[in-house]
Amino acid sequence: MTTDIQSPRSGKVGSGKIAPKYRRGAGSKGNFEMFAWLFMRLSGVVLVVLIFGHLFVNLMVGEGIHGIDFGFVAGKWADPFWQFWDLAMLWLAMLHGTNGVRTIINDYAEKDATRFWLKVVLYAATVVIVILGTLVIFTFNPCPVANGVQLPGGFCPAP
Amino acid sequence: MPTKPAGTLYRGREGMWSWVGHRITGVVIFFFLLVHVLDTSLVRVSPEAYTAVIGAYKNPLMALGETGLVAAIVFHAFNGLRVIAIDFWKKGAKYQRQMLWTVLVLWLIVFVAFAIRHLSLALGGH
Repeated sequence: MTTDIQSPRSGKVGSGKIAPKYRRGAGSKGNFEMFAWLFMRLSGVVLVVLIFGHLFVNLMVGEGIHGIDFGFVAGKWADPFWQFWDLAMLWLAMLHGTNGVRTIINDYAEKDATRFWLKVVLYAATVVIVILGTLVIFTFNPCPVANGVQLPGGFCPAP
Repeated sequence: MPTKPAGTLYRGREGMWSWVGHRITGVVIFFFLLVHVLDTSLVRVSPEAYTAVIGAYKNPLMALGETGLVAAIVFHAFNGLRVIAIDFWKKGAKYQRQMLWTVLVLWLIVFVAFAIRHLSLALGGH
């Protein structure tokens, strides 16, 4: 008796190769996981620059941590360069971190309901922090006023 | 009879431990980030509220915490670049172990430099 061995990828029924039923990324998710994987690498490279710069300028230069107070923040955010720097850092770090924690939840939470609710809490925290941080950067006022009175410690133009 | 469980090339070796370290440092940095955005948001409450909370950070215990946080950030940063090299560089997987030792040497240099500067500023007479 002779056995007919098919060449690879011949697709003939009974050739012994596994039927191509399994498709990566099939279903409603599309390419989401691939983009998430790519985003982690691209944002990671940018975050190394942004965060190392952030740490160097805030903690290594001048008098370091002793120089940080309201006036220090006001001085930085008077410059659109640092506003954009901090905005990019906020968004990229929060999305990078959220996706990392999402991966960890998927790995360790075995029950469907547990995974679902942990991710609900995660995404809620992410939305709150990103929106709060963005508003703070763009609505920052170096001369805050409450009930018509300038708050102490602010930087106000001379009257 | 197999004398060892299969898969010991990865399990318990550099590849696994760098992965464990990457996860732990990542989670630590994420939770710090949530707190850090909240404390910075106090600039929107009042100058005094922000300066008061930042003032509470300026003590020796927090200085040690900040130094530990930066140790985590620098490891996560350099090991992350190693992961990218493994994924995108043709010989990345082959040299992953050598790259981990490079990461650890660079981590030590950057961390020690940061720690000396930050701790002498934070703990120095002021």
